[in-house]
Amino acid sequence: MSEPTSAPNARPDAGDAGDVEDGEAGGIAAGDATTRERSVAGVRRKPEQDPLFEYLLRLGDDRLVLGHRLSEWCGHGPILEEDIATANVALDLVGQAAQLLKLAGVVEGKDRDEDALAYFREGVEYRNCLMVEQPNGDFGYTMLRQFLFDAHSLLLWEVLATGQHPALAAIAAKAIKETRYHVRHSSEWVIRLGDGTGESHARVARSLLELWRFTDELFERDAVDDAVAKLGVVVDTAGLRSRWDTMVEDVLTRATLAVPTGIAMQSGGRRGRHTEHLGHLLATMQIVARSHPGARW
Amino acid sequence: MATPAKTPPPAPPADDPALVAAFEARIAAGESIEPKDWMPARYRKQLTRMMAQHAHSEIVGMLPEGNWITRAPTLRRKMSLIAKVQDEAGHGLYIYCGTETLGVERDELVEQLHDGRAKYSSIFNYPTLSWADMGVIGWFVDGAAIVNQTVLAKASYGPYARAMVRICKEENFHKRQGYEICATLAKGTPAQRAMLQDAIDRFWWPSLMMFGPSDKDSPNSAELLRWRVKRKTNDELRQRFVNLTVPQAQAIGVTLPDPDLRFNEETKNWEFGEIDWAEFREVISGNGPCNRERLAARNAAHAEGAWVREAALAHAAKRHRTTEAA
Amino acid sequence: MAPDNKPKPAAGEEPWPLWEVFTQGDQGKPFEHAGSLHATDAEHALQNARDVYARRGEAVNLWVVPSAAITASAPGDAGPFFDPGNEKAYRHPQFYKVPRGVRVF
Ligand SMILES: [Fe+2]
Ligand SMILES: [Fe+2]
Repeated sequence: MSEPTSAPNARPDAGDAGDVEDGEAGGIAAGDATTRERSVAGVRRKPEQDPLFEYLLRLGDDRLVLGHRLSEWCGHGPILEEDIATANVALDLVGQAAQLLKLAGVVEGKDRDEDALAYFREGVEYRNCLMVEQPNGDFGYTMLRQFLFDAHSLLLWEVLATGQHPALAAIAAKAIKETRYHVRHSSEWVIRLGDGTGESHARVARSLLELWRFTDELFERDAVDDAVAKLGVVVDTAGLRSRWDTMVEDVLTRATLAVPTGIAMQSGGRRGRHTEHLGHLLATMQIVARSHPGARW
Repeated sequence: MATPAKTPPPAPPADDPALVAAFEARIAAGESIEPKDWMPARYRKQLTRMMAQHAHSEIVGMLPEGNWITRAPTLRRKMSLIAKVQDEAGHGLYIYCGTETLGVERDELVEQLHDGRAKYSSIFNYPTLSWADMGVIGWFVDGAAIVNQTVLAKASYGPYARAMVRICKEENFHKRQGYEICATLAKGTPAQRAMLQDAIDRFWWPSLMMFGPSDKDSPNSAELLRWRVKRKTNDELRQRFVNLTVPQAQAIGVTLPDPDLRFNEETKNWEFGEIDWAEFREVISGNGPCNRERLAARNAAHAEGAWVREAALAHAAKRHRTTEAA
Repeated sequence: MAPDNKPKPAAGEEPWPLWEVFTQGDQGKPFEHAGSLHATDAEHALQNARDVYARRGEAVNLWVVPSAAITASAPGDAGPFFDPGNEKAYRHPQFYKVPRGVRVF
């Protein structure tokens, strides 16, 4: 259904391939440098796709993958009330993802709907940040990750709601309300567990050190951000970062936790360079849809 | 209205015949019994047992369907399934709260479930093996639950009946989404149709068993009916379910795995074959295909959540102290 | 399946307190008892109430009250507590006759 978007760049075009084969068959002289360079030298980085499409994938994939992870808790939470609460957040996130991917499909204009984008892209075509694809760990890890993400998400939605792209602004306006509640829920848990018992404090403190290496990626700015800014989707990443720092520091302080320092950062998700966990998540998520190509459900 | 669990009503003088007579007169008059009202010890006991079993079934019932949330084939189906499994958690919660009005703590009941003393619906001890199971469970299992719960909404115990009213509203969505999945698969590819028929073949008989033993083998039935803890017999409810379901199967062109299924023109009932009660007893007594897995999953969730529950309490105590001091 | 070597929660774990939840279905409508739930403090109870009893948009406002704080009338009171009210017919509008011909009052 969906031709991998990287295909045109990943393989030389037919003409080049032909040259290589001919060359090998004909035993090209070792000194023919031009042919050698032409056959193997690639670009360092592939040209970006339509930046708005790319940007919407990033937003959508973050929420799809995190919603999926949260839904793994359904039926396995620490207490019934929390099973219900966590499921609510998962539902909001998958709902936001569906809207964003649907819009991405429209922007792309290749007749892919939200399900085609969710179920028929490979891991390397996913654009989510690394934090959201990490396995759930214990409940404290899940809630802390949720808070770090929610805080960013709320601030981002507030900016996007005022943007020039009407469809995206409409999604953002609705998402703000949902995300406000998500922040309230996850931040309360971080505070409860951080300032709870000795054991809970130790667990969350450990999770914080684990997760912190994925936080810079949330604020990375690249050509896609610059390009969508020209379309009126302007996000002041530096300003976002400082507001996020304040919000996170406030909650961590109340949780008697310290903001980690000197942690080496990891990123790559925005370019499809993921951790190994995403592949397994997608293998599970996509198995039914991919086993029955073209089927309706 | 729930009265605080901390103050269970004082133990009644062991079933004074005059009080029992007055109680039964109230029931006969269709009155609803409230938590602080006097009730015979056996009424309280039977009610607690029945509500606990019901609540446990809702909670264990989250597992077979939760098993497919991560594999739902479209985003819309994923959301419906999360919402449905979430509702089941709610159902368990509402009913446990009902037992708490009788002075029985949820923790106490959960402990009975976890160590294998308590029973829950046998249907949830069958594995979910394909996506079609999500359709068939919604259609059959939630369908059966609706048949059961619609009459329980008129049960004599107020808190239980009120929980049922809330639950019935939600179950309708469950059954509809299940039947919609089935109808879609029935119109789908040959592989999808085969998947659907296979799920129906596996879940039909266990769904009939959900209504419990036949009336002649159901020792508590008469008393429960007289006290209006139950309002219809197991066999009556089972028959109603079959009568409702057969036309729905016809409508989407699937078969039910029972060669003896036929319409009786006189009684207007769909008569069905003999239920394998030996299988039912095996599953109920812990030897179904997934009994161990279900209890292990519940125990693991509870054990792994202990530090979370404890920390939340500890934090609330700290906060309380700070506000007091301030 | 591997044998279960996981830690068991300490026996006699203290349960979270019980709260009663009241929902207001619409602006200006009375609050009604919806059910109860467990939570560690009032804010926590409010959040849980939102997810448990208002996730279908059933409420525009919520109250949560510790169950232990509720005092209920005893069934034995039913007579002395409520009958006198029933007898005071003059409290009900139906007690008063409206002259014939007045349609809308
Ligand atoms: Fe249910
Ligand atoms: Fe249900």
